[in-house]
Amino acid sequence: MRGLSSSTNLRLRRRPVIALALLITCLIAPGLAAQNTPILSGGTVFFSNTRGGKTTYQMVANPLIAVPVGPHLFFEGRGVLVETLSPASTGGYNTSRFFGLSYMQADVIANKHVTAVGGLFLTPFGTYNERLTPLWIGNFQDAPLIYGIGNMNFGTGLGGMLRGNAFSTDKVSVSYAAYVSAGSTNVRVRTQRSTGGQANVYFPKARLEVGASFGRRLETVRENNFGTHVWWQPIKVPIVIRSEYAHAPNSQGYWIEADYRLPQFRDAKWLARLEPIARVEQAFRNAPDRTDGLPSLDTQKAAFGLNYHFPHEVRINATYGRQFATGGNVNIWQTGLIYRFLTPTWKGK
Amino acid sequence: MNIYRYIFPGVALMVALPLFSQATNTVAGPKPAVHQTTQPQSAAGTKQRDGNEVFAANCSRCHNAPESFSPRISGTIVRHMRVRASLSKEDEEALLRFLNP
Repeated sequence: MRGLSSSTNLRLRRRPVIALALLITCLIAPGLAAQNTPILSGGTVFFSNTRGGKTTYQMVANPLIAVPVGPHLFFEGRGVLVETLSPASTGGYNTSRFFGLSYMQADVIANKHVTAVGGLFLTPFGTYNERLTPLWIGNFQDAPLIYGIGNMNFGTGLGGMLRGNAFSTDKVSVSYAAYVSAGSTNVRVRTQRSTGGQANVYFPKARLEVGASFGRRLETVRENNFGTHVWWQPIKVPIVIRSEYAHAPNSQGYWIEADYRLPQFRDAKWLARLEPIARVEQAFRNAPDRTDGLPSLDTQKAAFGLNYHFPHEVRINATYGRQFATGGNVNIWQTGLIYRFLTPTWKGK
Repeated sequence: MNIYRYIFPGVALMVALPLFSQATNTVAGPKPAVHQTTQPQSAAGTKQRDGNEVFAANCSRCHNAPESFSPRISGTIVRHMRVRASLSKEDEEALLRFLNP
Protein backbone atom coordinates (compact mmCIF):
# COMPACT_ATOMS: atom_id res chain seq x y z
CA MET A 1 0.00 0.00 0.00
CA ARG A 2 2.97 2.22 -0.52
CA GLY A 3 2.03 5.54 -2.10
CA LEU A 4 -1.38 5.82 -0.45
CA SER A 5 -2.07 8.58 2.05
CA SER A 6 -1.96 7.56 5.70
CA SER A 7 -5.74 8.05 6.13
CA THR A 8 -6.51 5.86 3.10
CA ASN A 9 -4.08 3.29 4.36
CA LEU A 10 -5.79 3.28 7.77
CA ARG A 11 -9.25 2.87 6.15
CA LEU A 12 -8.00 -0.07 4.10
CA ARG A 13 -6.47 -1.69 7.13
CA ARG A 14 -9.74 -1.33 9.02
CA ARG A 15 -11.77 -3.08 6.32
CA PRO A 16 -10.96 -6.64 7.43
CA VAL A 17 -11.87 -5.70 11.00
CA ILE A 18 -15.20 -4.20 9.89
CA ALA A 19 -15.89 -7.22 7.69
CA LEU A 20 -15.13 -9.54 10.59
CA ALA A 21 -17.43 -7.56 12.89
CA LEU A 22 -20.22 -7.73 10.30
CA LEU A 23 -19.66 -11.45 9.85
CA ILE A 24 -19.85 -12.07 13.60
CA THR A 25 -23.00 -9.92 13.82
CA CYS A 26 -24.59 -11.91 10.96
CA LEU A 27 -23.65 -15.16 12.68
CA ILE A 28 -24.94 -14.06 16.06
CA ALA A 29 -28.16 -12.35 14.99
CA PRO A 30 -30.13 -15.38 13.74
CA GLY A 31 -29.24 -17.33 16.84
CA LEU A 32 -30.38 -14.66 19.22
CA ALA A 33 -33.61 -15.94 20.62
CA ALA A 34 -35.45 -13.67 23.01
CA GLN A 35 -33.54 -15.17 25.94
CA ASN A 36 -30.10 -15.34 24.37
CA THR A 37 -28.82 -11.79 24.52
CA PRO A 38 -25.08 -11.72 25.29
CA ILE A 39 -24.30 -10.80 28.87
CA LEU A 40 -21.79 -8.65 30.63
CA SER A 41 -21.29 -9.89 34.15
CA GLY A 42 -18.67 -9.92 36.83
CA GLY A 43 -17.67 -8.35 40.07
CA THR A 44 -15.71 -5.47 41.48
CA VAL A 45 -14.20 -5.55 44.94
CA PHE A 46 -12.17 -3.62 47.42
CA PHE A 47 -10.09 -5.82 49.69
CA SER A 48 -7.97 -5.11 52.74
CA ASN A 49 -5.62 -7.78 54.01
CA THR A 50 -3.70 -7.36 57.26
CA ARG A 51 -1.12 -10.09 57.68
CA GLY A 52 1.23 -9.94 60.64
CA GLY A 53 0.43 -6.25 61.15
CA LYS A 54 1.06 -5.17 57.55
CA THR A 55 -1.94 -4.12 55.52
CA THR A 56 -2.31 -4.49 51.77
CA TYR A 57 -5.19 -3.00 49.80
CA GLN A 58 -6.49 -4.29 46.51
CA MET A 59 -9.06 -3.10 44.02
CA VAL A 60 -10.06 -5.84 41.63
CA ALA A 61 -12.44 -5.99 38.68
CA ASN A 62 -13.46 -9.31 37.19
CA PRO A 63 -15.51 -8.64 34.03
CA LEU A 64 -17.06 -11.61 32.24
CA ILE A 65 -18.64 -11.66 28.82
CA ALA A 66 -20.70 -14.52 27.41
CA VAL A 67 -22.00 -14.66 23.84
CA PRO A 68 -24.17 -17.49 22.51
CA VAL A 69 -24.02 -18.02 18.75
CA GLY A 70 -26.77 -20.29 17.54
CA PRO A 71 -27.78 -23.40 19.47
CA HIS A 72 -24.35 -25.04 19.63
CA LEU A 73 -21.69 -22.36 19.90
CA PHE A 74 -20.83 -20.26 22.92
CA PHE A 75 -18.04 -17.76 23.52
CA GLU A 76 -17.08 -16.68 27.01
CA GLY A 77 -14.21 -14.89 28.65
CA ARG A 78 -13.22 -13.41 31.98
CA GLY A 79 -10.55 -10.83 32.63
CA VAL A 80 -8.92 -9.62 35.80
CA LEU A 81 -7.73 -6.12 36.59
CA VAL A 82 -5.91 -5.60 39.88
CA GLU A 83 -4.47 -2.53 41.53
CA THR A 84 -2.47 -3.30 44.66
CA LEU A 85 -1.22 -0.97 47.36
CA SER A 86 1.32 -2.75 49.52
CA PRO A 87 3.44 -1.33 52.35
CA ALA A 88 6.95 -0.32 51.27
CA SER A 89 9.97 -1.14 53.40
CA THR A 90 10.91 2.54 53.44
CA GLY A 91 7.44 3.64 54.60
CA GLY A 92 4.44 4.60 52.55
CA TYR A 93 2.95 2.34 49.92
CA ASN A 94 3.99 0.83 46.63
CA THR A 95 1.39 0.51 43.92
CA SER A 96 1.26 -2.09 41.19
CA ARG A 97 -1.21 -2.89 38.43
CA PHE A 98 -1.97 -6.06 36.59
CA PHE A 99 -4.29 -6.99 33.75
CA GLY A 100 -4.72 -10.54 32.57
CA LEU A 101 -7.13 -13.12 31.25
CA SER A 102 -8.65 -15.74 33.51
CA TYR A 103 -10.11 -17.54 30.53
CA MET A 104 -11.24 -16.92 26.97
CA GLN A 105 -12.81 -19.95 25.41
CA ALA A 106 -15.12 -21.16 22.68
CA ASP A 107 -17.53 -23.95 23.58
CA VAL A 108 -19.05 -26.22 20.98
CA ILE A 109 -21.96 -28.21 22.36
CA ALA A 110 -21.51 -31.25 20.16
CA ASN A 111 -24.30 -33.35 21.64
CA LYS A 112 -26.07 -33.94 24.95
CA HIS A 113 -22.99 -35.60 26.45
CA VAL A 114 -20.03 -33.74 24.93
CA THR A 115 -18.95 -30.12 24.87
CA ALA A 116 -15.67 -29.31 23.14
CA VAL A 117 -13.80 -26.35 24.59
CA GLY A 118 -10.97 -24.55 22.84
CA GLY A 119 -8.83 -21.60 23.87
CA LEU A 120 -7.74 -20.46 27.30
CA PHE A 121 -9.70 -22.30 29.99
CA LEU A 122 -9.72 -22.82 33.73
CA THR A 123 -7.94 -26.04 34.70
CA PRO A 124 -10.45 -28.68 35.77
CA PHE A 125 -8.75 -29.96 38.90
CA GLY A 126 -10.60 -30.11 42.22
CA THR A 127 -13.38 -27.60 42.70
CA TYR A 128 -11.85 -24.32 43.77
CA ASN A 129 -10.40 -23.17 40.48
CA GLU A 130 -13.46 -23.56 38.29
CA ARG A 131 -16.21 -22.85 40.80
CA LEU A 132 -15.02 -20.55 43.58
CA THR A 133 -12.50 -18.17 41.97
CA PRO A 134 -15.08 -15.63 40.75
CA LEU A 135 -14.94 -12.71 43.17
CA TRP A 136 -18.70 -12.65 43.60
CA ILE A 137 -18.74 -16.30 44.66
CA GLY A 138 -15.69 -16.96 46.83
CA ASN A 139 -16.05 -16.57 50.59
CA PHE A 140 -12.38 -16.02 51.33
CA GLN A 141 -9.86 -13.74 49.67
CA ASP A 142 -7.06 -16.29 49.82
CA ALA A 143 -7.06 -19.41 47.71
CA PRO A 144 -6.58 -22.63 49.69
CA LEU A 145 -2.99 -23.57 50.53
CA ILE A 146 -3.16 -26.59 48.19
CA TYR A 147 -4.43 -24.56 45.22
CA GLY A 148 -1.14 -25.06 43.34
CA ILE A 149 -1.54 -28.84 43.19
CA GLY A 150 -3.11 -29.90 39.90
CA ASN A 151 -3.82 -26.36 38.76
CA MET A 152 -0.36 -26.07 37.21
CA ASN A 153 0.52 -22.89 39.13
CA PHE A 154 -1.62 -20.52 37.10
CA GLY A 155 -5.01 -22.27 37.11
CA THR A 156 -5.33 -22.02 33.34
CA GLY A 157 -4.72 -24.19 30.33
CA LEU A 158 -4.26 -23.26 26.70
CA GLY A 159 -5.52 -25.88 24.30
CA GLY A 160 -8.53 -28.12 24.18
CA MET A 161 -10.89 -29.80 26.57
CA LEU A 162 -13.77 -32.22 26.32
CA ARG A 163 -16.36 -32.06 29.05
CA GLY A 164 -19.98 -32.78 29.72
CA ASN A 165 -22.54 -34.85 31.47
CA ALA A 166 -22.05 -38.55 30.81
CA PHE A 167 -25.10 -39.86 32.59
CA SER A 168 -27.95 -38.22 34.45
CA THR A 169 -31.06 -39.48 36.21
CA ASP A 170 -33.10 -38.26 39.16
CA LYS A 171 -30.83 -40.24 41.46
CA VAL A 172 -27.34 -39.77 40.09
CA SER A 173 -25.46 -37.53 37.68
CA VAL A 174 -21.98 -38.23 36.33
CA SER A 175 -19.92 -35.48 34.73
CA TYR A 176 -16.39 -35.41 33.37
CA ALA A 177 -13.68 -33.17 31.89
CA ALA A 178 -10.39 -34.00 30.14
CA TYR A 179 -7.89 -31.54 28.72
CA VAL A 180 -4.51 -31.00 27.10
CA SER A 181 -2.67 -27.72 27.43
CA ALA A 182 0.33 -26.10 25.80
CA GLY A 183 2.71 -23.88 27.72
CA SER A 184 2.66 -20.09 27.45
CA THR A 185 5.01 -17.59 29.03
CA ASN A 186 3.07 -14.53 27.91
CA VAL A 187 2.62 -12.35 30.97
CA ARG A 188 -1.16 -11.95 30.31
CA VAL A 189 -1.72 -15.62 29.50
CA ARG A 190 0.48 -17.92 31.56
CA THR A 191 0.01 -21.66 31.26
CA GLN A 192 2.06 -24.82 31.63
CA ARG A 193 2.26 -27.79 29.32
CA SER A 194 0.04 -30.31 31.01
CA THR A 195 -2.83 -32.73 30.73
CA GLY A 196 -5.47 -33.92 33.13
CA GLY A 197 -9.07 -34.60 33.86
CA GLN A 198 -11.80 -34.93 36.36
CA ALA A 199 -14.87 -37.07 37.07
CA ASN A 200 -17.71 -36.13 39.42
CA VAL A 201 -20.63 -38.14 40.73
CA TYR A 202 -23.53 -36.20 42.15
CA PHE A 203 -26.46 -37.64 44.10
CA PRO A 204 -29.31 -35.10 43.86
CA LYS A 205 -31.50 -36.73 46.53
CA ALA A 206 -28.75 -36.41 49.12
CA ARG A 207 -27.20 -33.31 47.53
CA LEU A 208 -23.87 -35.04 47.84
CA GLU A 209 -21.05 -34.80 45.32
CA VAL A 210 -17.84 -36.79 45.22
CA GLY A 211 -15.18 -36.40 42.59
CA ALA A 212 -11.65 -37.27 41.62
CA SER A 213 -9.11 -35.28 39.62
CA PHE A 214 -5.85 -36.03 37.88
CA GLY A 215 -3.24 -33.70 36.44
CA ARG A 216 0.12 -34.37 34.80
CA ARG A 217 2.65 -31.62 34.40
CA LEU A 218 4.63 -31.96 31.17
CA GLU A 219 7.15 -29.20 31.72
CA THR A 220 10.77 -29.79 32.73
CA VAL A 221 9.66 -31.51 35.92
CA ARG A 222 7.15 -34.15 34.95
CA GLU A 223 4.90 -35.17 37.78
CA ASN A 224 1.45 -36.49 38.52
CA ASN A 225 -1.06 -34.79 40.80
CA PHE A 226 -4.16 -36.41 42.28
CA GLY A 227 -7.11 -34.93 44.06
CA THR A 228 -10.49 -35.78 45.44
CA HIS A 229 -13.37 -33.72 46.73
CA VAL A 230 -16.61 -34.08 48.65
CA TRP A 231 -19.35 -31.46 48.72
CA TRP A 232 -22.52 -31.75 50.71
CA GLN A 233 -25.51 -29.45 50.85
CA PRO A 234 -28.09 -30.85 53.30
CA ILE A 235 -31.61 -30.36 52.02
CA LYS A 236 -33.21 -29.22 55.28
CA VAL A 237 -30.49 -26.87 56.43
CA PRO A 238 -29.08 -23.96 54.38
CA ILE A 239 -25.48 -24.98 54.87
CA VAL A 240 -22.91 -25.96 52.26
CA ILE A 241 -19.89 -28.03 53.25
CA ARG A 242 -17.06 -28.24 50.74
CA SER A 243 -13.86 -30.21 51.11
CA GLU A 244 -10.94 -31.14 48.95
CA TYR A 245 -7.76 -33.19 49.24
CA ALA A 246 -4.84 -33.01 46.82
CA HIS A 247 -1.58 -34.89 46.51
CA ALA A 248 1.63 -34.04 44.62
CA PRO A 249 4.98 -35.91 44.69
CA ASN A 250 6.43 -33.54 47.28
CA SER A 251 3.42 -32.15 49.08
CA GLN A 252 -0.19 -32.78 49.99
CA GLY A 253 -2.99 -31.16 51.90
CA TYR A 254 -6.70 -30.56 52.33
CA TRP A 255 -9.25 -27.86 53.05
CA ILE A 256 -12.74 -27.93 54.48
CA GLU A 257 -15.03 -24.95 54.10
CA ALA A 258 -18.59 -24.30 55.26
CA ASP A 259 -21.03 -21.46 54.84
CA TYR A 260 -24.37 -21.17 56.50
CA ARG A 261 -27.17 -18.79 55.57
CA LEU A 262 -28.87 -17.81 58.80
CA PRO A 263 -32.63 -18.34 59.05
CA GLN A 264 -35.09 -15.49 58.70
CA PHE A 265 -36.60 -14.65 62.05
CA ARG A 266 -39.95 -12.90 62.19
CA ASP A 267 -38.76 -9.58 63.60
CA ALA A 268 -35.16 -9.66 62.43
CA LYS A 269 -35.15 -10.18 58.69
CA TRP A 270 -31.71 -8.65 58.47
CA LEU A 271 -30.43 -11.77 60.19
CA ALA A 272 -31.17 -13.80 57.08
CA ARG A 273 -28.65 -11.71 55.18
CA LEU A 274 -25.86 -12.90 57.44
CA GLU A 275 -23.73 -15.83 56.38
CA PRO A 276 -21.16 -17.25 58.80
CA ILE A 277 -18.24 -18.86 56.98
CA ALA A 278 -15.33 -21.00 58.10
CA ARG A 279 -12.39 -22.78 56.54
CA VAL A 280 -9.79 -25.14 58.02
CA GLU A 281 -6.82 -26.30 55.96
CA GLN A 282 -3.47 -28.00 56.22
CA ALA A 283 -0.59 -28.37 53.79
CA PHE A 284 2.24 -30.82 54.33
CA ARG A 285 5.65 -30.62 52.71
CA ASN A 286 7.50 -33.92 52.11
CA ALA A 287 10.45 -32.47 50.22
CA PRO A 288 11.50 -29.09 48.82
CA ASP A 289 9.75 -28.31 45.53
CA ARG A 290 9.41 -24.84 44.06
CA THR A 291 7.11 -25.94 41.28
CA ASP A 292 4.01 -27.01 43.18
CA GLY A 293 3.14 -23.60 44.64
CA LEU A 294 2.65 -24.81 48.21
CA PRO A 295 4.32 -23.29 51.29
CA SER A 296 7.89 -24.41 51.82
CA LEU A 297 7.07 -25.63 55.34
CA ASP A 298 4.17 -27.53 56.89
CA THR A 299 1.39 -24.98 57.30
CA GLN A 300 -1.96 -25.02 59.02
CA LYS A 301 -4.61 -22.38 58.82
CA ALA A 302 -8.01 -21.77 60.37
CA ALA A 303 -10.25 -18.86 59.38
CA PHE A 304 -13.79 -17.80 60.09
CA GLY A 305 -15.87 -14.76 59.32
CA LEU A 306 -19.13 -13.27 58.17
CA ASN A 307 -20.73 -12.29 54.89
CA TYR A 308 -23.51 -9.73 54.95
CA HIS A 309 -25.62 -9.52 51.81
CA PHE A 310 -27.01 -6.06 51.10
CA PRO A 311 -29.70 -5.51 48.46
CA HIS A 312 -28.59 -4.83 44.88
CA GLU A 313 -25.89 -7.50 44.86
CA VAL A 314 -23.58 -5.82 47.36
CA ARG A 315 -21.84 -7.93 49.96
CA ILE A 316 -19.44 -7.07 52.75
CA ASN A 317 -17.16 -9.65 54.16
CA ALA A 318 -14.90 -9.80 57.20
CA THR A 319 -12.73 -12.73 58.23
CA TYR A 320 -10.15 -13.56 60.83
CA GLY A 321 -7.64 -16.32 60.39
CA ARG A 322 -4.53 -17.64 62.02
CA GLN A 323 -1.80 -19.39 60.15
CA PHE A 324 0.47 -21.82 61.95
CA ALA A 325 3.77 -22.73 60.38
CA THR A 326 7.14 -23.98 61.57
CA GLY A 327 8.65 -20.65 60.57
CA GLY A 328 6.19 -18.63 62.71
CA ASN A 329 2.51 -18.02 63.30
CA VAL A 330 0.62 -15.05 61.95
CA ASN A 331 -2.81 -13.45 62.33
CA ILE A 332 -4.70 -12.58 59.16
CA TRP A 333 -7.52 -10.02 59.14
CA GLN A 334 -9.36 -9.48 55.89
CA THR A 335 -12.28 -7.34 54.80
CA GLY A 336 -14.00 -6.98 51.46
CA LEU A 337 -16.69 -4.95 49.76
CA ILE A 338 -18.00 -6.88 46.79
CA TYR A 339 -20.39 -5.78 44.05
CA ARG A 340 -21.74 -8.12 41.44
CA PHE A 341 -23.21 -7.00 38.15
CA LEU A 342 -25.14 -8.91 35.54
CA THR A 343 -26.63 -7.16 32.55
CA PRO A 344 -27.50 -7.66 28.88
CA THR A 345 -24.90 -6.18 26.56
CA TRP A 346 -27.50 -4.14 24.74
CA LYS A 347 -31.04 -2.97 25.19
CA GLY A 348 -33.87 -4.82 23.59
CA LYS A 349 -37.59 -5.23 23.72
CA MET B 1 -0.55 -22.78 69.53
CA ASN B 2 -2.36 -25.76 68.12
CA ILE B 3 -4.83 -25.62 65.26
CA TYR B 4 -7.06 -28.17 66.98
CA ARG B 5 -8.02 -25.51 69.51
CA TYR B 6 -9.79 -23.76 66.66
CA ILE B 7 -11.16 -26.79 64.89
CA PHE B 8 -13.34 -27.99 67.76
CA PRO B 9 -15.17 -24.69 68.43
CA GLY B 10 -15.53 -24.17 64.67
CA VAL B 11 -17.06 -27.58 64.07
CA ALA B 12 -19.25 -27.23 67.17
CA LEU B 13 -20.50 -23.87 65.89
CA MET B 14 -21.29 -25.21 62.43
CA VAL B 15 -23.20 -28.13 63.94
CA ALA B 16 -25.02 -26.05 66.53
CA LEU B 17 -26.28 -23.38 64.15
CA PRO B 18 -28.29 -25.70 61.89
CA LEU B 19 -29.74 -27.48 64.91
CA PHE B 20 -30.66 -24.14 66.42
CA SER B 21 -32.41 -23.04 63.25
CA GLN B 22 -34.40 -26.28 63.14
CA ALA B 23 -35.38 -25.90 66.76
CA THR B 24 -36.63 -22.35 66.32
CA ASN B 25 -38.88 -23.52 63.47
CA THR B 26 -38.32 -20.44 61.39
CA VAL B 27 -38.32 -19.79 57.70
CA ALA B 28 -35.07 -20.26 55.79
CA GLY B 29 -33.20 -17.24 54.42
CA PRO B 30 -34.59 -14.91 51.74
CA LYS B 31 -35.31 -16.62 48.51
CA PRO B 32 -33.80 -15.22 45.35
CA ALA B 33 -36.02 -13.53 42.82
CA VAL B 34 -35.74 -16.40 40.42
CA HIS B 35 -37.34 -18.65 42.99
CA GLN B 36 -40.42 -16.44 42.93
CA THR B 37 -41.19 -17.20 39.32
CA THR B 38 -44.08 -19.52 38.81
CA GLN B 39 -43.37 -23.10 37.95
CA PRO B 40 -44.85 -24.08 34.60
CA GLN B 41 -47.10 -27.10 34.49
CA SER B 42 -45.53 -30.19 33.02
CA ALA B 43 -47.05 -31.39 29.83
CA ALA B 44 -49.24 -34.41 30.38
CA GLY B 45 -47.42 -37.65 29.83
CA THR B 46 -43.94 -36.11 29.68
CA LYS B 47 -41.32 -36.61 32.32
CA GLN B 48 -39.85 -33.20 33.04
CA ARG B 49 -37.30 -32.33 35.68
CA ASP B 50 -38.33 -29.90 38.40
CA GLY B 51 -36.50 -26.66 37.58
CA ASN B 52 -36.61 -25.50 41.18
CA GLU B 53 -34.91 -28.70 42.25
CA VAL B 54 -32.35 -28.42 39.44
CA PHE B 55 -31.56 -24.88 40.51
CA ALA B 56 -31.21 -25.79 44.18
CA ALA B 57 -29.13 -28.87 43.44
CA ASN B 58 -26.76 -27.43 40.85
CA CYS B 59 -26.58 -23.64 41.05
CA SER B 60 -26.83 -22.93 44.76
CA ARG B 61 -24.14 -25.48 45.47
CA CYS B 62 -21.63 -22.81 44.44
CA HIS B 63 -23.35 -19.45 44.67
CA ASN B 64 -26.39 -17.50 45.75
CA ALA B 65 -28.81 -16.65 42.99
CA PRO B 66 -28.71 -13.15 41.53
CA GLU B 67 -31.49 -10.99 42.99
CA SER B 68 -32.99 -10.46 39.58
CA PHE B 69 -32.03 -10.32 35.92
CA SER B 70 -33.59 -9.57 32.60
CA PRO B 71 -35.50 -12.47 31.03
CA ARG B 72 -33.62 -11.65 27.81
CA ILE B 73 -30.45 -13.15 29.24
CA SER B 74 -31.86 -16.23 30.94
CA GLY B 75 -30.92 -18.43 27.98
CA THR B 76 -27.36 -17.14 27.99
CA ILE B 77 -27.01 -17.70 31.73
CA VAL B 78 -28.32 -21.25 31.46
CA ARG B 79 -25.98 -22.00 28.54
CA HIS B 80 -23.06 -20.67 30.59
CA MET B 81 -24.10 -22.88 33.49
CA ARG B 82 -24.51 -25.91 31.26
CA VAL B 83 -20.87 -25.66 30.21
CA ARG B 84 -19.48 -24.55 33.56
CA ALA B 85 -21.45 -26.99 35.74
CA SER B 86 -21.69 -29.80 33.14
CA LEU B 87 -25.46 -29.85 33.36
CA SER B 88 -27.31 -32.47 31.37
CA LYS B 89 -29.49 -31.30 28.49
CA GLU B 90 -32.60 -32.18 30.49
CA ASP B 91 -31.41 -30.11 33.44
CA GLU B 92 -30.59 -27.21 31.12
CA GLU B 93 -34.09 -27.28 29.70
CA ALA B 94 -35.69 -27.58 33.15
CA LEU B 95 -33.64 -24.68 34.42
CA LEU B 96 -34.57 -22.52 31.46
CA ARG B 97 -38.27 -23.26 31.99
CA PHE B 98 -37.86 -22.45 35.67
CA LEU B 99 -36.12 -19.12 35.05
CA ASN B 100 -38.37 -18.17 32.14
CA PRO B 101 -41.72 -19.93 32.52
